Amino acid sequence: MSEQRAEIDRERRRLLGAAAGAGAALAAPAVVVRALETTPRDNPADGRVRWGLAIDTAKCAAGCTACVDACAHENGLDLQRPPEGATPADWAAQRAVWVRKVRLRDDQTGRETNLPLMCQHCEHPPCVDVCPTGASFKRADGIVMVDRHTCIGCRYCMMACPYKARSFIHEALSDQLSHVPRGKGCVESCNLCVHRRDFGIPSTACAEACAETGHGAILFGDLADPDSAISRFLASEPTRQIREDLALNTGVRYAGV
Amino acid sequence: MKRIVYREWRLAPARYWGILGVLALMVGAGLLAFAYMEHEGHWVTGMNNAVVWGTPHVFAVFLIIASSGALNIASIGSVFRKPIYKPLGRLSGLLAMALLAGGLMVLVLDLGRPERLVVALTTYNFKSIFAWNIFLYTGFMAIVIAYLWSMADRKGDPFIRPVGIFALVWRLALTTGTGSIFGFLVARQAYDAAILGPMFVAMSFAYGLALFVLVLMFGFAEDRRPIGARMLRRLKNLLAVFVLAVLYFTLVYHLTSAYGAKDQGFEGWLLFGGGVYTFLFWVGWILLGSLVPLGILYHPVRGAEAPWVAAACVLVILGGLAALAVVIIASQAYPLQLFPGKTILESGFLDGVGGQPAPYHPTLPELLLGFGGVGLALLITAVGVRVLQFLPESLADEVLPIDEETIEQPVAKAA
Repeated sequence: MSEQRAEIDRERRRLLGAAAGAGAALAAPAVVVRALETTPRDNPADGRVRWGLAIDTAKCAAGCTACVDACAHENGLDLQRPPEGATPADWAAQRAVWVRKVRLRDDQTGRETNLPLMCQHCEHPPCVDVCPTGASFKRADGIVMVDRHTCIGCRYCMMACPYKARSFIHEALSDQLSHVPRGKGCVESCNLCVHRRDFGIPSTACAEACAETGHGAILFGDLADPDSAISRFLASEPTRQIREDLALNTGVRYAGV
Repeated sequence: MKRIVYREWRLAPARYWGILGVLALMVGAGLLAFAYMEHEGHWVTGMNNAVVWGTPHVFAVFLIIASSGALNIASIGSVFRKPIYKPLGRLSGLLAMALLAGGLMVLVLDLGRPERLVVALTTYNFKSIFAWNIFLYTGFMAIVIAYLWSMADRKGDPFIRPVGIFALVWRLALTTGTGSIFGFLVARQAYDAAILGPMFVAMSFAYGLALFVLVLMFGFAEDRRPIGARMLRRLKNLLAVFVLAVLYFTLVYHLTSAYGAKDQGFEGWLLFGGGVYTFLFWVGWILLGSLVPLGILYHPVRGAEAPWVAAACVLVILGGLAALAVVIIASQAYPLQLFPGKTILESGFLDGVGGQPAPYHPTLPELLLGFGGVGLALLITAVGVRVLQFLPESLADEVLPIDEETIEQPVAKAA
C-alpha cells in the first residue's frame, strides 16, 4: 500500500514538475510584456517636462537634408507615393511634409541663413485654439499634435498655424508604420517623435541625424530642466522665436536668425 | 390696402417638374463630386497644404452669409415695423433656411472625414470660433422655423416681433461669427482684422437680398403674379444701400492694411500684382460686383425696370463670389510672412520663394460640389413655395401695406 502510494507520489511529482515548467514557460513572456507596459507608455505625459528644440543656424549646412530625410524615414513619410494621375507640381503641394529646409537672405545685408522649419510646439498654439473638436491638442509635456480619432479634416488648424507646419493627407494610404498611424482626410505635423517619448527612446530623428552628419545644429531636450543641454545652450546663446510678435512662446528656438 | 393673400406656387406640372429636375441634377452632380472626392481623397481638388480652403468654401460661406441676409426682409417687416415688407416675410424665412442648408451641405461634404460629422456635433472645443458657429448655424435653423410658424399661423401673431428680434440678433452673431472665422486668425496678413466681422454682416445683407430679389422675381414671373413699382423701388434702393455698405467696409479694410508697412506687401500684391486675384478684386468685386450694379440701381430709368434690377442682382451675386474668392483663397495664396526683412531663396514646402504665391487651380469636382449647394437651396425653396403658402398672390402697388408705421397710422397687419 505504502509502496504503491510512493509510486503515485513520484508520478504526481513529475506531473506537477512538468506543469510548473510549462506554466513558467507560458507565464514568462507575459511577465516580460507586463514589465514593458510599465515603461513610459503606461504613464501620462509628464507636465514637469517641456520638450523642445534649439536650432543653431550657423551649423545648419546649405544643401543638407539629413533632418528632413530622417524625419521622413522615422515617420513613414517616405512611404508616400503620388496618386496615379497627380502631376508633380500638384504632388509637391499636396504631399505631407513635417520638416522642411529653408534658405533665407537678409534683404539689407545679403547674409544667407539655412534652417529647418517644423511645428514650433507653441505654449499657446493657435491650431489648438481654433480646432472645433479639440483634436488638435497640446500634451502636458508641451508636444502639440493631432488626435487622429477626432480630427474631422476641416483644416482650420492649417489656416491658423503661423508656420504652415501642418499637412493634410490628400490621398489614400497603402503604406504606413505601426508606430505612426496616418490616414486619408486627417491633418498631421511634427510631434517631436512622440512615439520615441512613449517608448523611452532619447532624442528625435532629426536631431540624431543632424548629429550623425557632424553638424549638430539641432538640439533636442527638456526646456523645463535648467541643467539639460538645450537649456544650457539657450542660456548661453542669443536665440529667438519665429514670429515672436505673436507671443506664442514656441518650443523651438533659433540662434543666428 | 387690401388683405394680403398667400397662395402656393402654381405652375404647369411639366414646367414645375422641369425646374425641379434641373435643380435635382445640380444636387446630384454635387453629391457625385462629393463621392469622388471622398473616395479618392482631396488630391483630386486644387486644394493643397498652402491653400487649404478653396472653391467649396467660397460657395459654402457665400450661401451661409446669404442665408442670414435673406432673412433681412422678414426682420425689416416685423422688427423695424415697415409693413410694406410683411408680405415677403415668409419667403424670406424659407429662403434663409434653404440657403443655410445648401451652405452647410457644401461645408460638411468637403471635410476630410465627413463621416465624423457626429464627432463635430458631440465633441467641442469651446475656444474655437468654428465650434461656436456650429451652434450658431443649428440654432439659426431652429429660430427661423419658429419665426416662420409665428408668421404663418394665426396663433403665432403675438410672437412675431419677439421671435423676429431674437432671429435678428442671432443672425448678426452668425454672420459676425462667420467673418471672425477669418478675422480671428492672427498669423495671416490678410486676416487678423476685426473689421471682417461687420464686413461679413454687410456682405450678407447685399448677397442675401440680391438672391432674394431674384428668387422673388422668378417665382412671380413664372406664376404671372405682379410686382408693383413701389415694391421694386423699395427692394432696389435697399440693395443699393447694402452694396454701398460693403464698399465702405472694403475701403476701410484695405486702407487700414495699406497704411502700416507691415501689410503693405500683401496690399501691393493683391491690388496690383496678384494676377487672377487682382482681377477678381478689381473687376469682380469692385467693378462688376459693386460699381456697375450701383450704376444700374441708381439710374433714373433703368433702376425702375425689373430686368435691369434683376441684372444688377446677378452682378451683385457674381461679385460676391469673387469677393469671397479674394477673402478666402487669395489670402491663403499670399505667403505667410515668417521672416520679415528676409527673402526666402529656397524652401522644401511652398514658403513663397521669392515672394511667389501658393498655387491653386480649382477643379471640376470642387465647382460641382459648390453648385450642388446652390441647387439644394433652390430645390428646398421650389418645393416649399409649391406645397405651402409662402408667396403672396400679388405685390401690386394697390394691395401692398403702407411703407412705414407712424404714430397716426397704427400697426397694419399683413395677413
